[in-house]
Amino acid sequence: MSTAVAEVIEKKSEPLFSKKNRKLITNPLDIDNPITVQVLGVCSALAVTTQLKPAIVMTIALTVVTASSNVIISLLRNTIPSRIRIIVQLAIVSLWVIMVDQLLKAYSYDLWKQLSVYVGLIITNCIVMGRLEAFAMGNKPGPSFLDGIGNGLGYGVILLIVGFFREVLGGGAIFGFKIFEAMGVHYKGNGLMLLPAGACFIVGIVIWIQRSLNGYRESH
Amino acid sequence: MENLLSIGIRSIFVDNMIFAYFLGMCSYLAVSKKVSTAFGLGLAVIFVLGVTIPINWLIQNYILTQGALAWISPDFANVDLTFLQFITFIAVIAAMVQLTEMVVEKFSPALYGSLGIFLPLIAVNCAILGGSLFMVGRPYNLTEASVYGLGSGIGWLLAIVALAGVREKMKYSNVPAPLRGLGITFILVGLMSLGFLSFLGFSI
Repeated sequence: MSTAVAEVIEKKSEPLFSKKNRKLITNPLDIDNPITVQVLGVCSALAVTTQLKPAIVMTIALTVVTASSNVIISLLRNTIPSRIRIIVQLAIVSLWVIMVDQLLKAYSYDLWKQLSVYVGLIITNCIVMGRLEAFAMGNKPGPSFLDGIGNGLGYGVILLIVGFFREVLGGGAIFGFKIFEAMGVHYKGNGLMLLPAGACFIVGIVIWIQRSLNGYRESH
Repeated sequence: MENLLSIGIRSIFVDNMIFAYFLGMCSYLAVSKKVSTAFGLGLAVIFVLGVTIPINWLIQNYILTQGALAWISPDFANVDLTFLQFITFIAVIAAMVQLTEMVVEKFSPALYGSLGIFLPLIAVNCAILGGSLFMVGRPYNLTEASVYGLGSGIGWLLAIVALAGVREKMKYSNVPAPLRGLGITFILVGLMSLGFLSFLGFSI
């Protein structure tokens, strides 16, 4: 699934921030991005990005869930029978998601309402499951933690880009602050950007630009 | 009856899982290269959605919501177990998927051969859990919930078969190299979702 996995070979007494481990965080930001290259976790990336604020909250929630379930699965990796591993993984992930969901509901009810089912859907978010399968099942807790953080951030980068363009072009605002009005320019929000279609176009264009820059090609 | 028809039509076209809510996008993008496999996965999704949504409706209304446990004893009238919603729903879904897989394997090896690889994948398809979570938020009764589940599945099948049809033709097109594959697929999905917008406000 990803090249980073094969590179990390377990060694004893390897420092947590060795060169290899640092790659675990930087690779998902670009050449091994969970959304644009691994094609994981697309649903929520498109759905919560009409504004920047929910996009950021979603990123934090997903990063916390991915990193912490990565650590737990990595600790248990030698004791989980492989036949029932999916169910074990789902159970652990849903425990973390319940905690995040209850916290959001308690401290930020409006955002919780706005994100609606998408917080719960972190359970079936392919990034979490994909990283558990591809990385945490075969690596130590330390690197697994970094891998979770890295992939959460890689997801966040795309969410921020998409959220930024959708909020600016669709609503003429950044974090709810009307920038065009502040500059004294009249701007009528482009409704297309707030529709599902707008999100798809922006992600398509982001992928186009990214692949033009880094030379990644899909073999057809 | 009219009400059921309206829920069915709404869930297939207006509130389409893919084009309105982006649910199940991962497998939607990954398995839409060939029409035949896309159709197989779509059928499996219809089946699992049609089975899990009524079961989850029963669980939600007889076990989880506040006061739902009153049928056991009046002492439980104030018990609210909704925080267990995610874990019970996903357990039901995973169990149903496993069961379906075993039943299909036993009784129809041919169907298992064509669907087999997709069945385990469905447990982690967001459209299934999403369907159950949406169902909770709407005031459906059991029949309506079942119709909603089947309708959402049919809408998903329609969307994936349509995309697979377009992608099969795209093989012969000269797309700019960096856009080839995933990039152009996203733009295609965007265009198709614009088409589905024309169903907005459509009602019976």
